[in-house]
Amino acid sequence: MAQRIVVDPITRIEGHLRIEVEVANGKVTNAWSSSTLFRGLEIILKGRDPRDAWLFTQRACGVCTYVHGLASIRCVEDAVGVTAPPNARLIRNLLMGVQILHDHLVHFYHLHALDWVDVVSALQADPVKASQIANQVSPAGKSGPSDFKAVQQRLQKFVDSGQLGLFTNGYWGHPAYKLPPEVNLIATAHYLEALRQQARTARMHAVFGAKNPHLQSLVVGGVSCVADLNPDRISEFLYLWKETKDFIDNVYLPDVLAVAGFYKDWGAIGGTSNFLAYGEFPQGEKEPESLFLPRGAIFKRQLGKVDAVDVDKIVEHVKYSWYEGDKALHPSVGETKPAPSKLDTAKEYSWTKAPRYMDEAMEVGPLARVLVAYGRGHEPTRKLVDDALKQLDVPAEALFSTLGRTAGRAIETKIIADAMEGWIMELVENIKRGENRTFASYEMPQEAAGMGLNDVPRGALGHWIEIKGQKIANYQMVVPSTWNLGPRCAAGKPGPVEEALIGTPIADPKRPVEILRTVHSFDPCIACAVHVIDPRTNEVYKFKVA
Amino acid sequence: MSCDKSIDRRLAEKGVSRREFLKFCTMVSATMGLAPSFAPKIAQAITGSQRLPVVYLSFAECTGCTEGLLRSTYPWFDELLLETLSLEYNETVFAAAGEQAEKALHDAVTKYEGQFLCVVAGAIPTAGDGIYGMIAGKTMLEIARDICPKSMAVICIGTCASFGGVAAAAPNPTGAKGVEDALGEALPKPVVKIPGCPPNPINFVGTVVNYLLFGKLPELDAYKRPLFAYGKTIHDQCPRRSHFENGEFVEEWGSKEAEMGWCLYNMGCKGPETYNNCPTVKFNDGTSWPVQAGHPCIGCSEPDFWDTMSPFYKAL
Ligand code: SF4
Ligand code: SF4
Repeated sequence: MAQRIVVDPITRIEGHLRIEVEVANGKVTNAWSSSTLFRGLEIILKGRDPRDAWLFTQRACGVCTYVHGLASIRCVEDAVGVTAPPNARLIRNLLMGVQILHDHLVHFYHLHALDWVDVVSALQADPVKASQIANQVSPAGKSGPSDFKAVQQRLQKFVDSGQLGLFTNGYWGHPAYKLPPEVNLIATAHYLEALRQQARTARMHAVFGAKNPHLQSLVVGGVSCVADLNPDRISEFLYLWKETKDFIDNVYLPDVLAVAGFYKDWGAIGGTSNFLAYGEFPQGEKEPESLFLPRGAIFKRQLGKVDAVDVDKIVEHVKYSWYEGDKALHPSVGETKPAPSKLDTAKEYSWTKAPRYMDEAMEVGPLARVLVAYGRGHEPTRKLVDDALKQLDVPAEALFSTLGRTAGRAIETKIIADAMEGWIMELVENIKRGENRTFASYEMPQEAAGMGLNDVPRGALGHWIEIKGQKIANYQMVVPSTWNLGPRCAAGKPGPVEEALIGTPIADPKRPVEILRTVHSFDPCIACAVHVIDPRTNEVYKFKVA
Repeated sequence: MSCDKSIDRRLAEKGVSRREFLKFCTMVSATMGLAPSFAPKIAQAITGSQRLPVVYLSFAECTGCTEGLLRSTYPWFDELLLETLSLEYNETVFAAAGEQAEKALHDAVTKYEGQFLCVVAGAIPTAGDGIYGMIAGKTMLEIARDICPKSMAVICIGTCASFGGVAAAAPNPTGAKGVEDALGEALPKPVVKIPGCPPNPINFVGTVVNYLLFGKLPELDAYKRPLFAYGKTIHDQCPRRSHFENGEFVEEWGSKEAEMGWCLYNMGCKGPETYNNCPTVKFNDGTSWPVQAGHPCIGCSEPDFWDTMSPFYKAL
């Protein structure tokens, strides 16, 4: 007998998200993803100066801040026909690199880990044993028994205070938690450590970007931070980069693989079929050829066959979304006409549109990028992915899963951290030989159209602009979470998260931590909660944890 | 109890060096315009045994304000979480989801009625009775009407919660409003606004410390912004001010003048009309701020700046 579960709000994400699933015989049989907030940035942009657009669009998201700024700048540069000079490209690449490192660290430790890590169990751990395990997992991790003891005491004191704060009502003690107390303690210690590390990592953004979140050093045609291109600033950046890279190599990646070792069954849960990557990090003027992470599309999990991407084949459906009309339109001629109504999974149930590429729902994000790079023979990706599969002793098929998505994210973090060194050095070389241009001038045309693509922490991001009378006539954004968390298309095909949830085991419908695991593995950029609906009475009843 | 000793012990337990901690306390007292002798008292207020209950609501926002708080280094966010505040509800970091999260919110509001600090990030959509923003089947407007009046005070973090922010920019498709505007007389509680897009976390911390230290909220300007942070214009504190006075202006990005750090007035700088402390405290542990990165101030702590200060690249 099928039962409906609603989780609203889904916490530990950006924004407002609601997930509804149907469960039968302990497994999810159907799912609906709804985003429940509409702000209307695209409407707000109409009639404004195209040069201002990036400052507005950056406010689409303050978690993966910067990325909507860069997409907009690329989009307007495409429209006005200007190419930023090499130093501006390098600085932008570095800032994007920082964004991905930062975002993935915060995602794993602060947004995702509590689905796998039982903080309460950490209180039972033996700190000596924890230290032994930690040193096995990562010999360079440098944590002794006293470090773990201190964390445990700090935690104990917190619990004893009776004010449980952010840990109130967690799913503690749920049978789906599989880590031994010592591993829970290690992960909790690193949760706290990562809170500090991420603040230091974000400082790299401030070095060339003024501040984080919401950087302020881009301009159409280049970057404004010419005065920061000096040895002091570059070494400050280099120092912070090195510190972050150490954390990724010695803490983050080893932690992910160690935790994954206890959850290998999740290597067969939460997978999708089709993947799209726009690619990122232009290393020259030609795109997509010069991209460090390649562009490509994979259908039906055929890793050996990566197709070129034809952006004209993207459309957005609105049949199941709260917008007027039911025509599927290309974003360059897209419309945003809100028409809110009651949430009804059979009719309209989301503010998110449903983007499709060649009529298919496509997963975007770290896993898509890693798969496309792997399929294209990208050397560093091949090596790290093969190593991880070997260490975990799982088949390549396990990549298409919640586990694969989580591991893929950690792997790409390392790949990008490693690559950044080269870009810093290239910048140094440029400056050494007197190449210090940071801006290329342009004339704002009366009429123009442009597109800006990038691949950001959560996946493929595209902005489209139409300029008339030197003002914005139309602006459309197709964002990663629209791809991943969108509803059904006109043909009724589910979106990637909806597809991924099908088959997820649910041990206890009142405490569906399993739903959070898969939903969080996509790093949604929207927020949510769980209610149970009985399909016979349509009554929504709420369930409690702990 | 000798507070110094207990602070030392608590800090040692947390693995924080006393020097690092005092640096923080001095930084906060400086931001708040207090004498350095206040530093030890601040230390005591921050590590006190009873943590201040905070209910943190997220409405029509981008999470940038919350992320900004995560970047706090004075104190670190884990210290705020574990030792200073008791975060009773917050969607971004909360372990529980769905009904369990809802219950935590409800329980906290009941238990601490009139005693918790309500922090709001994000504007409140009011068009169509609030239908553009829903959480757990309720409109954000309903949630705000329910929770905010039960607090002891409301702190609006960011320009969205303070004045409506980007969602309220023309034509304001969702009727987005700042908390005070949206609730009107339904909010008979003190309100403090910490605008900025996002604001510097130290301005939030300074406000909380002010409360922990003096048992009251800081002094405010006409827009309800704390004077310690928003008492002077950017222009009055800007290190490029002498270039302004000398008529030395940047006219193109990437130019020699830009490299020499001349005044950005002609590139659109809104510093003369913007009240904030960016030039003195800077962002991300004092690393930089927009004018230092060669970019004009966009006026992000002023009401309606998205409309009144744009186009951003046009001189005032
Ligand atoms: S004030 Fe700015 S940073 Fe804060 S929520 Fe609003 S848009 Fe985001
Ligand atoms: S850069 Fe801006 S704030 Fe600084 S002196 Fe010039 S106009 Fe004033």
